[in-house]
Amino acid sequence: MPSRRALIGGVAASVAVAVLAAPQVRAQTQPGVIVVGGGFAGASCARALKRLDRDLAVTLIEPEAAYLACPFSNAVIAGLRGIEAQAFRYDKFGRYDQFGDIALIRKRAVAVDAERRRVRLEDGTDIGYTRLVLAPGVDLRFDALPGYDEASAATMPHAWKAGAQTLLLRDQLAAMPDGGIVILAAPANPFRCPPGPYERASLIAHYLKASKPRSKLIILDAKDAFSKQRLFEAAWQELYPGLIEWVPLSSGGRVTEVDPATRTLVTEFGNHKADVANVIPPQRAGAIAQSAGVADQTGWCPIDPVTFESRLQPAIHVIGDAAIGGAMPKSAFSANAQAKACAAAVAALVRERPLAQPKLINTCYSLVAPGYGISIAGVYQPRDGLLAEVEGAGGTSPLEAPLSVRELEAAYAQDWFRTITSEVFG
Amino acid sequence: MTSHDMRRAKNRRGGRSLAPVLLAAPGLLAALLASAPAWADAAPGATACTGCHGPAALGSAIPSLDGHAADEIVTQMHAFRSGERKATVMDRIARGFTEEETRAIAEWLAKPEAARHAQP
Repeated sequence: MPSRRALIGGVAASVAVAVLAAPQVRAQTQPGVIVVGGGFAGASCARALKRLDRDLAVTLIEPEAAYLACPFSNAVIAGLRGIEAQAFRYDKFGRYDQFGDIALIRKRAVAVDAERRRVRLEDGTDIGYTRLVLAPGVDLRFDALPGYDEASAATMPHAWKAGAQTLLLRDQLAAMPDGGIVILAAPANPFRCPPGPYERASLIAHYLKASKPRSKLIILDAKDAFSKQRLFEAAWQELYPGLIEWVPLSSGGRVTEVDPATRTLVTEFGNHKADVANVIPPQRAGAIAQSAGVADQTGWCPIDPVTFESRLQPAIHVIGDAAIGGAMPKSAFSANAQAKACAAAVAALVRERPLAQPKLINTCYSLVAPGYGISIAGVYQPRDGLLAEVEGAGGTSPLEAPLSVRELEAAYAQDWFRTITSEVFG
Repeated sequence: MTSHDMRRAKNRRGGRSLAPVLLAAPGLLAALLASAPAWADAAPGATACTGCHGPAALGSAIPSLDGHAADEIVTQMHAFRSGERKATVMDRIARGFTEEETRAIAEWLAKPEAARHAQP
């Protein structure tokens, strides 16, 4: 085995600073906590750990220079916003992060040896941990829908990870002639951002109504119900009458096969040919979760709701979209809230302090049009081994509300994004 | 750079220049750490609030919770829960917390701004 020093010079250097400053915690900070993944979950967790305990050695492993956020990326697709508004660089992480040194490793983590408690990087080196937090987000399943693989995504974009795919879908819509048919294929539960496909349909409809009014949008859905459904449907009727057609599972909405060459989507009830096809395939926890042995047969990661520790492997915690969050949806807000609760548990476990029962919140805003926002919220706590919804709380925006309420929620949506990205990346 | 960023940068510089002093006096470090407002003390649910409620300097339409007394937060949460105060989302969230939980969160939120947003 190569020496520790050879493996992780940069990490060792920052650990040395912590050790010099606080020699009494040396035994506990070696080798420290590793967080894999710098999204809303992982970046929040790394910072929360330092906020909780400056002397904890925290390493964040993230290969990209910047994070491209999914919330509001539907507005990019509809031409309402530039992609640069979605980018958040990790410049403020690392040495002298506002909460203390975080060792930032700009490499991809490719494997986890849960028994030896080591994370392997793409360059073959590996790093030990006392506790590991995995926040890998989702992987799109390119083996789940016949005809839909990575190559097909170049023709029928999923745009379910922000970046090139977002721009591809935007550009396809911009190039589509008036009178075209846009088809959005939505997956069965669970998947990242439950209201996301319907917000996307809304904002695409907004674009079509303004720029290509003879066009039509069809949602082929593998479900019979969806998040904030009554609010979306009421708004569609009001804002985009006749433009959006939702085909649920029971009416033949489930897509069983696609043909990218002809942009055809096959369902049990027949074939649909699209001018622009947005296929959101089934998903699972990011690949590192499979390697670590923390994903079960569903592809997602069962966790203890108090500590977020894996049910399958000790000393590995899973947060954000990859985790089975019980009643909590896979959202950026959930990821951030889980990260902070998980960090508190990890810090307590490392320092052998008592654990507290967490209580979590989720709030998800969706834009149905510019200046027209709706929301869903929930409060959660551990119950029967899962994160369960606190009864009597939560729910959606009221179905009947004056436009001023929708305007207010649209403004809150914008400012929620500014606030959370400032806390996580700023 | 916003004024908030500038304050953070200043705090960072301040923290760095203290390092030699701290090295020379581990007792001082311990005292500073003990007096620093701790996230470890956060009441269950409290850290989730900052997902929406940021520092005042952000200038958000969502009100900052900085500088509010615990009693005031408890009163407002009570008004949200009962429906006495109209809200878009806080009524739905407030109903998820008992009186005791709300009090504990409010006490933590009422600690100085540094507790949540600036360098500890």
